[in-house]
Amino acid sequence: MAVGKEIRTKISSIKNTQKITRAMEMVAASKMRKTKDRMQATRPYSKRIGRIIKHLAHANPEYKHPFLVQREVKRVGLIVISSDRGLCGGLNSNLFRKTLTYLSQWQKDQIEVDVCTVGTKASGFFSILKSNLIGQVSKIGDTPHLQDIVGIITIMLDAYLDGKIDELYVVNNEFVNTMTQRPTVEKLLPVVAGEIDEKLSGHWDYIYEPDAKEVLDHLFTRYIESIVYQGLVENNACEQAARMVAMKSASDNAGNLIKELQLVYNKARQAAITQEISEIVAGAAAV
Amino acid sequence: MTMTIHIDIVSAEKEIFSGLAEMVFAPAELGEVGIAPRHAPMITKLKAGEVRVKINDKEDHPFFISGGILEVQPHLITILADSAIRAKDIDEAAALEAKARAEEALADKSGKIDYATAQARLAEAVTQLRTLDRLRKRGE
Repeated sequence: MAVGKEIRTKISSIKNTQKITRAMEMVAASKMRKTKDRMQATRPYSKRIGRIIKHLAHANPEYKHPFLVQREVKRVGLIVISSDRGLCGGLNSNLFRKTLTYLSQWQKDQIEVDVCTVGTKASGFFSILKSNLIGQVSKIGDTPHLQDIVGIITIMLDAYLDGKIDELYVVNNEFVNTMTQRPTVEKLLPVVAGEIDEKLSGHWDYIYEPDAKEVLDHLFTRYIESIVYQGLVENNACEQAARMVAMKSASDNAGNLIKELQLVYNKARQAAITQEISEIVAGAAAV
Repeated sequence: MTMTIHIDIVSAEKEIFSGLAEMVFAPAELGEVGIAPRHAPMITKLKAGEVRVKINDKEDHPFFISGGILEVQPHLITILADSAIRAKDIDEAAALEAKARAEEALADKSGKIDYATAQARLAEAVTQLRTLDRLRKRGE
């Protein structure tokens, strides 16, 4: 019976797509679990180093580190962390939209922007924007290492120390929970000191060994690295979560579509049968 | 009741130790330091070696770190280790192998291998082995 041939092929092709999206959903779910563990594992380190930096900003060192000094802002550096692959819902576009609001604000204030990107999506986006790209890394994969991002961090820190940029920001997605990822823009440099317990107020300073400059240089570099690294693993977890959700809704949509098409197909088939019967009956009556 | 101080040891990958101790020994860059409660605030770089956390007279925990930063506040010690392992988890075979590999790299003067990296690796392996040795002696 030739009824609804097109519908049948359409249904089977949607079923194939559904198989793929369902497989991707499951892969993303298992990857998400791993990336989430990694994200949680790096948190203690960045928390502790953040605490030290906070203490340090409240000390009264004889050596004022350039990373603590506020300057008049003429040019800012931006590190944008995105995913390498698409098919993860609005994750990257939300991130870029947030970045754009900052960019337009800076443009209004006549502040120029240097950009370093992590991930192919960001480098694609910013090369279309014709921003001043000074560094990029991509294809980091699911197990990021600190070595992967040391390069761009060094570029940015050198630019800051040379006075080429006066502030440094990092943009990435923050993992709130599996369903929610929030794009965030965080200021890295100059280092902003947060609130601190009363105990530490008053005039005091650390003993530095071997000497203040060397220790602080080392410490601040580590601090920046740990924040950017934390951003990277967090963005990774976000990517997998977003992909899982996106693929789940794609599978659900495919299921709905199949149901609807099946209904149309059944109706067409029934109509054809009814018509055939009435033709036969009419033919028999005529004889 | 003796005085105690809170100590946190974290590496980039995970939290290694967190708790109270009577005294902490760490391999600072200018020589080994021992930190007791109410030490003056201090920040120093650490080199590869053994961090020893003395909980009380009977109990202490050795850790191996490959370098890092030590922060001391009167009631709080933070050690940010580049990589830290509980000394008893050091794999002797792996350490020996690493040592052999580093020595090989140093012997190979063809210039293909980064000399400084090889030397650092060798130092790391040797300290790991030394920590193990000390641990074993104490165990006997």
